[in-house]
Amino acid sequence: MINITVARITIRGLFGRRRFLLLLPLPVLLIGLALLADGFGARPADWANPVLVGLGFGAVLPVIALIVGTGVLGSEIDDGTLVHVLAKPLPRRDIILTKLAVAVVVTAVTVGVPMFVAGLVAGSARLGAGLAAGCAVGAFAYSALFLALSLVTRRPVLVGLLYVLIWEGLLGNLLGGTRILAIQQYASAVAARVGDTDLLIGRVSVPVSVTMAVLFTVGGTLLAIDRLRSFTVAGETS
Amino acid sequence: MSTASTVSATPPAAPPRAQASVELRGVSRWYGNVVAVNDVTMTLNAGVTGLLGPNGAGKTTLLHMMAGFLAPSRGEVLVGDAPAWRNPSVYRHLGLVSEREAVHSFLTGWEFVLASAKLHRLPQPEAAARRAIGLVEMADAQHRRIATYSKGMRQRTRVAAALVHDPQVLLLDEPFNGMDPRQRLHMMDLLHVMGAAGRTILFSSHILEEVEQVSGTVQVIVAGRLAASGDYRHIRRLMTGRPHVFTVSSSDDRALAVALMGQPSVTGVELDGGGLTVRAGDYGAFTRALPMIVRRSGIRLHRLLPADESLESVFSYLVES
Repeated sequence: MINITVARITIRGLFGRRRFLLLLPLPVLLIGLALLADGFGARPADWANPVLVGLGFGAVLPVIALIVGTGVLGSEIDDGTLVHVLAKPLPRRDIILTKLAVAVVVTAVTVGVPMFVAGLVAGSARLGAGLAAGCAVGAFAYSALFLALSLVTRRPVLVGLLYVLIWEGLLGNLLGGTRILAIQQYASAVAARVGDTDLLIGRVSVPVSVTMAVLFTVGGTLLAIDRLRSFTVAGETS
Repeated sequence: MSTASTVSATPPAAPPRAQASVELRGVSRWYGNVVAVNDVTMTLNAGVTGLLGPNGAGKTTLLHMMAGFLAPSRGEVLVGDAPAWRNPSVYRHLGLVSEREAVHSFLTGWEFVLASAKLHRLPQPEAAARRAIGLVEMADAQHRRIATYSKGMRQRTRVAAALVHDPQVLLLDEPFNGMDPRQRLHMMDLLHVMGAAGRTILFSSHILEEVEQVSGTVQVIVAGRLAASGDYRHIRRLMTGRPHVFTVSSSDDRALAVALMGQPSVTGVELDGGGLTVRAGDYGAFTRALPMIVRRSGIRLHRLLPADESLESVFSYLVES
């Protein structure tokens, strides 16, 4: 299912590009803000929700998932190196599952670890574990979505950013109905349940969140596999 | 380091497999209203075949369809006996060297070719990678990152990666681009050896001389259509038999026109404002005769331009014939 060689090339490609440095500032900012708020003696009830949910699940998780999720496949499509991987008798399913696994692990670690630390600062290891679990759920759904976007559109970063900013960020806060299709809501709902805390305000119920996250993950993966089977190299005429 | 001995010392050793390796039946491909490939039917067999045509004729589109990276809008593309589209198993027997110079430049040449061998799940990937790198003479630079390679070295590394599983069919899109003459000769040698060993090799080129040096069989494609197909000597005769057109300007165009009409190699002369348009049936005889006429008659030649030497005109002549 997972192809080691594809995974290795994907990881080297991801960390070899300068774009990866973009991943560093956001987690640092997250921990920094948590430490700062705590250092000034603010009560966690006042800062936990804006920092952990507003910044953590609302910005850090989706942005990093976007950079990684499009980086594992989209950048190889852009520069044409994907053709070398595709011109092999490999099941397309294996290629997508490998890329998905790399994206999920990198995203979950890059966001989950600082969120865990911020959770420790705000309250307890239990809260930290909840936040990390939320990140893991979000990493699956976002990675599958952005992987599929990489194959559906030529501008996956732009479309992904529109989804995160406009759909999740703006509409998700104005209109309640769009929240059910917002991955960040699933992440915070799961984090609130696992973390057993009322510091985080979940707006979508946990069963719905888990179901929707699974739907996003499975749907995105299946779509990506099918699109990869029909992967077309642009010719000289187009 | 002698190029020829390296190649012939290690010929690809797999047993020849089934013939009729690539087959196109009534294949067309269009993008919106633009027809890139128009009703092409061809069969490629063992040996080296050149796919010749001017830029934009549809060579790359055709190769991409053979390599399973583009769906034909109509018709069938078969590799072995299986359709190429949406069928990754064709890559067991097919190698592709695309025109686009895209490699994972953060890998070394060795890592890149070895990764290809592993992706093919070869039983001995290291041995296969070593053999392929040896074939393209990249052993000396194999442990440098590809980012540091010249264009020709990248090209050879890509060829090594495409050869690593010793495919029955090898497709190369403009493989000689960016190579220096020595590398070019070596690559031609390599293709020859593989073709002689029973592989089906198809390479595209817009340069006639390249094609005639490497392959006996040529498929000429012009404006998406298969214009000519078969032995290159036949096609070459068609090309040399066509009239050549020159524009000439001199100190006395009218007198020159009279003298030229006396030459058997000249089939027509037209006098217009800017000078003469001369049609010559025999290229060699005309270009030998012109300096002598000029010297004898004391006319001063200002300009001599071959008017239709562009490939497009050569090809369009082929289409008409």
